[in-house]
Amino acid sequence: MNDTVVSAKGISKTFGKGGVTALQDIELEVGRGEFISLIGPSGCGKSTLLRVIGDLVEPTTGEILVNGKTAHRARLDRDYGIVFQAAVLYDWRTVAKNIALPLELLGWSRARRNQRLAEMLELVELEGFEKHYPWQLSGGMQQRVSIARALSFSPALLLMDEPFGALDEMTRERMNAELLRIWAETGSTVIFVTHSIAEAVYLSTRVVVMSARPGRITTVIPIDLEQPRTFETREEPRFFELVTEVREALHAGGADDVVPEAGVLGE
Amino acid sequence: MRSRIGSAAARVAVLLLVLAGLWALWEGYRKLWEELGWTRPFPVNSTTMPHLHDIVGTLFDPLREGEPLLARFMLDAALFTAKEAAVGFAIGATVGFILGALIARFAVLQRGIMPYVVASQTIPILALAPIVVVGLGNVSIAGWTPKDWMRVSVIAAYLTFFPVTVNTVRGLRSADPTAVELMQSYAAREWSVFWKLRVPAAMPYLFSAFKVAATASVVGAVIGELPSSIQDGLGGWIINFNQYYALEPENLWAVNLVAAALGIAFFLVVVLVEKLVVHRPPEELV
Repeated sequence: MNDTVVSAKGISKTFGKGGVTALQDIELEVGRGEFISLIGPSGCGKSTLLRVIGDLVEPTTGEILVNGKTAHRARLDRDYGIVFQAAVLYDWRTVAKNIALPLELLGWSRARRNQRLAEMLELVELEGFEKHYPWQLSGGMQQRVSIARALSFSPALLLMDEPFGALDEMTRERMNAELLRIWAETGSTVIFVTHSIAEAVYLSTRVVVMSARPGRITTVIPIDLEQPRTFETREEPRFFELVTEVREALHAGGADDVVPEAGVLGE
Repeated sequence: MRSRIGSAAARVAVLLLVLAGLWALWEGYRKLWEELGWTRPFPVNSTTMPHLHDIVGTLFDPLREGEPLLARFMLDAALFTAKEAAVGFAIGATVGFILGALIARFAVLQRGIMPYVVASQTIPILALAPIVVVGLGNVSIAGWTPKDWMRVSVIAAYLTFFPVTVNTVRGLRSADPTAVELMQSYAAREWSVFWKLRVPAAMPYLFSAFKVAATASVVGAVIGELPSSIQDGLGGWIINFNQYYALEPENLWAVNLVAAALGIAFFLVVVLVEKLVVHRPPEELV
């Protein structure tokens, strides 16, 4: 298997007959072990792009390969785990049973499920909470359960749709650090949708900047901050330079009507 | 723990207060109308409105010299009707759920079946009961003839299935769209999505329906007994006491009280099961 995890070629998506163009001519290659952020104004189709990669939305045109297979095949093979903005935990299941849901669907034995569950609880630091119900947890803890569920069956690809968007700033920074630790520990590839510039720069190896109406990729900015990232990373001058660079790219492609030539696709 | 005991005591106190209030209303109304000689909307006397203590008291009198207390007969009758109602509830809930699941899954059926489901409930149950009860009298399945009381259960089921069907459709469709996407991301089979997501998500809706259906099944069982000449249940006693109302009005009121108690008991069983089965944020449990 080669080192490309996601390969999107000429992806467009139009909703309804002659309706809104959510995505236009998306070209994107994501390599193994990368952390890619999709950033852009609301309506730029970043969540739609994530769902196209996950085969939850079918593209109108174009070809999308995940792990060298069609996105559909990859979904059936359970090649990715997904985390949404809402934790989407099942209220009627305990933390343990929420995390083990995908394992149940995969037909794992109880012993194997419990072993993996213990590992997952440790990974997201929720030991002792396995018997709690989701509504007994804080927002940050709920999202950690959601991440543990997405990683429980060890998918090589993690899709995240504004997972920390509903959290307060403090919790969000802590979750960012935890996510980077998990990313390093599991060696997975992450595609991360966000509308926070600082979050995108802090987390990513590359930031994909998108513009709205129609949703296009305007710029891809490599983030050359040192790994592993720490709390000090946010205070480095290079961090601010990159934040500025992403912000300018956003404005250039955004609603300011200073739309540049659309020839800056890819790298 | 203390607060739990405290809240239990508070509940009992509220219950007693409500009962005392109802008693005061009934007896106060009686007193007022009798004192002032009002005859609208109806003249008040011990035939139209027996004293509450007479109604309750008659339960603890023998019907005739040397016979057991009326309460003894009422208990047997209530248990008999409860059996009919419980079986009717089980049949109705099952049929209602399956019908609702089919309608929720196949949108075509919404138009195809739903009108008839609604129409079935517009036919007065009193008009239908004799047809069902008498009509099913000669049915036998592979040499096995259903017992008489089972025909009454069919009437109870008939009243039960409708709320269950309607709420099953709503409940199964109530699952969060993102939760459905999550299931898709796991390439879950439709059967798994149904049992692991849609049915649990529908539980609050189902239990709302079961509460309505539980009391309706008791009503259905009582009404079903009337045309089937079954004497063992509350329906039989109602017919019986109805004929002697002018002489002993307390008896009919007493049966009504027992029938109401049976309905409440059914309701409470559903509430109890809900508390055991459904794990939800406390504020969502009513």
